[in-house]
Amino acid sequence: MTTTCPQNIELEDPLPLFEDKSNQEVKTTTCYMCACRCGIKVTLEGKKVRYIQGNRNHPVNKGVLCAKGNAGIMKHESMAKLRSPLRRKAGTERGAGEFEVISWDEALDELTTRLEKIRATDPKKLAFFSGRDQMQALTGLWAQQFGTVNWSAHGGFCSVNMAAAGLYTLGQSFWEFGDPDWDNTKYFMLWGVAEDHSSNPMKIGLSKLKKNGAKFATVNPVCTGYQAIADEWISIRPGTDGLFAIAMSRVLLESDQFDKEFLIRYTNAPHLVIQNPGQSNDGLMWRNEQGKPQAWELESETFVDASLAGIKPALFGEWQTSEGFSVKTSFTLLTEGYLSDEYNLDKVSKETGIAAEDIERHALEMAHVAFQESIEIETEWTDWTGKKHDKFIGRPVSMHAMRGIAAHSNGFQTCRAIHILQILLGAIDCPGAHLAKPPFPRMIPPPIKPAKEMAPNTPLKTPPLGFPTSPEDLCIDKDGKPLRIDKAYSWEAPIANHGLMHMVINNAVKGDPYTIDTLIFFMANMAWNSSMNPGNTQNLLREKDENGEYKIPYLVVVDAFHSETVNFGDLILPDTTYLERFDTISILDRPISEPHVIADAIRHPIVDLDRDVRPWQEVMVDLATRLKFPAFTNDDGTAKYSGYKEFITNWEKHPGIGFLAGWRGKNGEKSIVGEPNPDQWEKYIENESFFKQNIPDSQKYYRFANKEYLEFAADTHLNFNDKPIVMELYSETLQKFRLAGQGLYDGPCPSDEEDKARLKKYFTPCPSYYKPIEVALTDENEYPFSTTTQRPMFMYHSWDSQNAWLRQIMAQNKLYMNRAKAESMAIAEGDWVWVESRTGAIKAQVKLMEGCEANTVWTWNAIGKQSGAWGLKKGANESEKGFLLNHLISELLPASSTSQREMTNSDPITGQAAWYDARVKVYRADDQTPISFPQFNTIKPIPEAPDQPSILTYKTHEPVNIVRSTRDVLTRGKKPR
Amino acid sequence: MRLGLVIDLDTCVGCHACAISCKEWNTSGTTGSLSDQNPYEKDPTGVFFNRVRSYEIGDYPHNKTVNFPMSCMQCEDAACVTVCPTGASYKRKSDGIVLIDQDKCMGCNLCAWACPYGSRELDRESGTMKKCTLCVDRIYDESLPEIDRQPSCVMTCPSSARHFGDFDDPNSNVSKLTRERNGDGLMNELGYNPTNQYLPPRLANNITIEKKKKNIVGQVKDWANELISR
Repeated sequence: MTTTCPQNIELEDPLPLFEDKSNQEVKTTTCYMCACRCGIKVTLEGKKVRYIQGNRNHPVNKGVLCAKGNAGIMKHESMAKLRSPLRRKAGTERGAGEFEVISWDEALDELTTRLEKIRATDPKKLAFFSGRDQMQALTGLWAQQFGTVNWSAHGGFCSVNMAAAGLYTLGQSFWEFGDPDWDNTKYFMLWGVAEDHSSNPMKIGLSKLKKNGAKFATVNPVCTGYQAIADEWISIRPGTDGLFAIAMSRVLLESDQFDKEFLIRYTNAPHLVIQNPGQSNDGLMWRNEQGKPQAWELESETFVDASLAGIKPALFGEWQTSEGFSVKTSFTLLTEGYLSDEYNLDKVSKETGIAAEDIERHALEMAHVAFQESIEIETEWTDWTGKKHDKFIGRPVSMHAMRGIAAHSNGFQTCRAIHILQILLGAIDCPGAHLAKPPFPRMIPPPIKPAKEMAPNTPLKTPPLGFPTSPEDLCIDKDGKPLRIDKAYSWEAPIANHGLMHMVINNAVKGDPYTIDTLIFFMANMAWNSSMNPGNTQNLLREKDENGEYKIPYLVVVDAFHSETVNFGDLILPDTTYLERFDTISILDRPISEPHVIADAIRHPIVDLDRDVRPWQEVMVDLATRLKFPAFTNDDGTAKYSGYKEFITNWEKHPGIGFLAGWRGKNGEKSIVGEPNPDQWEKYIENESFFKQNIPDSQKYYRFANKEYLEFAADTHLNFNDKPIVMELYSETLQKFRLAGQGLYDGPCPSDEEDKARLKKYFTPCPSYYKPIEVALTDENEYPFSTTTQRPMFMYHSWDSQNAWLRQIMAQNKLYMNRAKAESMAIAEGDWVWVESRTGAIKAQVKLMEGCEANTVWTWNAIGKQSGAWGLKKGANESEKGFLLNHLISELLPASSTSQREMTNSDPITGQAAWYDARVKVYRADDQTPISFPQFNTIKPIPEAPDQPSILTYKTHEPVNIVRSTRDVLTRGKKPR
Repeated sequence: MRLGLVIDLDTCVGCHACAISCKEWNTSGTTGSLSDQNPYEKDPTGVFFNRVRSYEIGDYPHNKTVNFPMSCMQCEDAACVTVCPTGASYKRKSDGIVLIDQDKCMGCNLCAWACPYGSRELDRESGTMKKCTLCVDRIYDESLPEIDRQPSCVMTCPSSARHFGDFDDPNSNVSKLTRERNGDGLMNELGYNPTNQYLPPRLANNITIEKKKKNIVGQVKDWANELISR
C-alpha cells in the first residue's frame, strides 16, 4: 500500500468488529415508558439490555422512539425498584417509612383474609383505584367480580373531560379514541397540548403535515414543545378556550360557511326540541309514539320520524304542535345561543386575549380549507341507508386537544364546543379530518350503566363505570346520597365516567359518604404529584380516629418503584418493570389501533427477574382465585386459570371475544372473534408482539354512517349494534340533568340547593362557556395569575426522575413567567419568589421567557420530589430546589355565596380534577436562599435498597477502540485536505 | 465521502429523543461507557454527544421558539484535530468522520477549547475526550439490516428532523435537502467548514379567507332552509 493509492479508504485500517453478535439477541415487545404503547426491539447482551429501538413494523411508532423509550435501560436499572413485599413495622407510624420484608405468601394471606371478610360483609369497604396503568379491562373486571363499585383508574384526574365530551357528542374522542388524518390534513389546530398526549404518534404526524405544507396553529398559553414548530401560536388565557371555540363557530354561522349536509345527515341538528318552559318535558326531544325523535319535513311540510332516510328535514325553525307547545330544531337552539351577545367577538377577545380579527381569521381560514380545498378519495362505499357513493369527500381540517382543555372545571363544555366546531366544518371521520380509532366510533354514549347495587360475595351486574343518560342512572341512594366513595355519578359529578380518584382519600378520611376498610392504590402517586394539596393528603393518610385507629385502616400500595405513596403503605406489593412480565394492551380497553388499523399488543418477559417481585396482573389473578371470584374459579372452588397467561388465553367476555384479538380460533386462523387459541401468546411473540388488521378502503371513512363498517363493528363487538351513530350537537342527557336541577325532571331530583344551582347553570344541552368555578370564586385582583403545568416530553407519564439519563435533562423545575411582566414586578431571572394561592404558598425559582401568556405562570409537573423518594439521595435537585405546584391547589372549592358545603374542585359534569383553575399571586422572596418551600422529611430507604453509586458507567461489553495507525498520524501531520 | 447530518429546525420539537438514543447506543459503543457523575444525587451530569438547546427569538407575543440539537459538525477544517498534541484526534479521509483514538488521548482538553460548537465531552471516568462518531460502529456494520446502518439519533427521531448521508454525493438525501431547503452550516463565518447542515423553519402558507357576512345575524328564524336529503 502506498500513499499514492487513489482509494483513500485504503489508507485507513479496516474497522474492527465492535460487538459480539453471537452473544446478542433481539426481542420485540411493547414500551411502557408512557401511555403511547410503542413497539420496541430490545437487544439483549447476556442478561443486560444493550439497546432499545423503535419497531418499524409497529402501527403506533413506525420505528421511531422518544427520549423515554430510549431511556428504558435506566428505568430498568432504577435504584427505586422495589425488591420484595413489605409490611409497615408493627408499632411504627404510617408514613414513617419503617418496613419489614415479608414473603409473598405472608403478604397475600394477610390481604386475602382481609378482603374475604370485606367481600362477605360489605364489599364497598374495599376501594381499589389504579393510576397510570394500561389494564383497566382487567382491574375493572376484578373490582366487578369482587363486588365493589369503588373502582376507577386515573382518568378522573387526567383527561376524562375529553373522553366524556367526545363519547357524548361524537361517539369517539381524541388520542386513544381518534387522531387527525395526518397524511391528508391541510389545517391542524392543536388545543391545550403541551408536550405530551400523545408522544411519538403526534411527532410523526406533525412532521408529516409540515412536510405536506399544511398549516399548523396551536392554542396554548405557553409556547414550548409542539408549539415551537407551529406556524401560528395563539396565546390564550387559561380556561377561556370554550369562548374561543364558540366564537369561531359563531363566525362560521354568521358567514354561512358550515356544512349543512353533514349536519342534516349525521347529527341531531334537525331534531325537534320541546319548548315548554316550566314543564317536565321542556328541552327534551319531541318524540313520536315509537320514541323516535322527530323533524320537520320541508317537502311534505309535516312532522316526520327524524331517523328516516330520504327525508329533507329543516335545519332551522320553530313550529307549534297540537300538544300545546312549540318545537325548535336543535340547531336553532344552538345557533341562538352562539349568536347571543354573550359570544360577540369583542367580548370574547377581552376574555381570551385573542384579537377579534384573529378569531374571525382563524375561523375563516379553517372554513376555506374545509370547503374550498376539500379533497375527494375515489372509493365505492355504502351509507347506512344502503345508498352507494363513488367517493369520500374530505374536509381536511383536523384538531387535537388534551389536558389544557380537560383540566379546567369548564373542560367538558369546552371540549364539546371544540367538537361542535369540528362538526360545523364537517370534519369528522372524513379524509383529512379527525378520524376515529377502532373500537371507536361507538354508540353515543355506550349503553353501559354504572353499577350501583352491591351484595356480599356477589359480583356487580355491570362494570363499576358506565355512561349515565339520565338521573335514574346515578349511583345515589334513595336520599340522594352518593353510593361511591369518590361520589362519582352523584349530583356533584353526574357523568363521572372515570371516577374521581383525587377525592378518595379526602372522602374516606372524612367518612363522607362513608368510611372504608381497605384502600388499594396501583401505580398511583396519590401522596404526591397525583393529589391536589399533597401535604394535606399525607396528613389525611396519617389521621386517626378517637380509638387511635387510622381513618383509612389499611392502605395497600402496588407499584414497581419507591414512590412517595409507597412510603405510606401498610402493605407494599412490588410490581415488575415492563421488561419483566406478560401484559396485554387489550382490544377490550383502549387498544393501540390507528384510524385504519385495528390493533392490539402484548408484553412478554424480556429480562429475567432478579428480585422477589411479581407482576400485578399475576397477583390479581391469584387473589381472584383465592377470593373465589366466579369468573376465576370453578364450581368446586378450584382455580380456572393457572395464572395471568392462561386467563388471557381462555377468558371470554362474549363467546369468541377475549382480551386479545389476534390469532384466535383453535389454530389461530381467526381474528377479533374466535374461540380461544392455546398458542395465542406464542403467535403474538412470533409476530413482534402485536396484532393488526387493516380496514378495507370502503370502510375507512364516515364510519358513523358507513353500512359495511357499522355491520363489521357490530359483528365483531367493536360496537354495540349496527345502527348509524347520530352525533349530538344537542345533548338531551344534559338537559335531563338540568331539568332535575330545576326540580322539573320526572324522576330523581336533587334536594340540596347547591346541587340544583350547579345542574341549572352548567348542564346546558348545547355547549356554553362559564368561567372556571374556582376562578369565579377567587378575587382576580388579589390573585392575578392563572397557573398551569406541563409535562416535559422526556418525562411525560413516566415520572422518571429516577432515571439517571432523563434527570440530567432536567433535575429542577422552575416557575416560568412572561419576561416583560416579571420585569414590571421587579422580578429578575433566577430570583426566588413566593407563589401564593387561596390555600397555600410555595417558594420557587423563576425563569423568564417570552412564550408565556402575560397573566399566566407555569411549571413542569412532577419534577419536584419528596426527599429520599424514587431512589434519589437527600439533597437531590428535585427535592431541594424543585417543587410541585400541587401545594397551591385544593381538592375542595372555596365556599360559595350560597353554600358552605365542601365541593370537589372538579368539573361539575364529569368530576374531572380542575388542576388548572388555581389563581395565584407572585412576589419576590425577601430570603433568596436557594431552597424551595415546602420541604418534607427525607423518606427512609426501603429494606434491601441498593446504595446509589456516585458514578455510573453502564455498558454491556468492553468497548472496541478504533485505533488510529501510527502511519496515519505520521502521514497526515496537518489538517486533511 | 463526506458523511454528516442534516437537522431540520422546521420539525424539531425539542423532545431529546436523539440525545438519549445517542447515549443509549454509545454507552456500549466504541468509546463507551459514557460515564455519569452523581446519577442519583445533587447535580447529575454525564457525557452526552448530542444535546438539545432551546432558544427564543423575538419578544412576546411575536416570539418563536427554536429547538437546536447540536453534536459534532464533522468540520472540514476541524480545529480540534489541528490542536491535538498526541494525534488522537483525526478526521477520516475516507468519510470525513472526526474520531478520537481513545488509546492516544490524554484528556488535555485542548480540542474542547478549540471546538466552537461545544461538541467535545471529557469523560471524567476514562480521562479521555469523547464525541459523536456518527455511529461509525453502526453505519458500516454489515450484520445490521441496511436500513439500520444509520446513526441512532437519525433512526429514532420521531419528527423526522434528522437525516444522514454523504454530502459529496449531489443526489444524496442530505445534499438534496440542503439544496432544496436552503440548509446552512452553523457559524460558517468562523471558517471551520462544518459538514452538518441545518434546515431553517419553513414559512407558513397564507390561507385565503372569504368574508360573506349575513345581515340577519341573530335572527335565526329568518334563515333559509335548504332542501337537503338525509
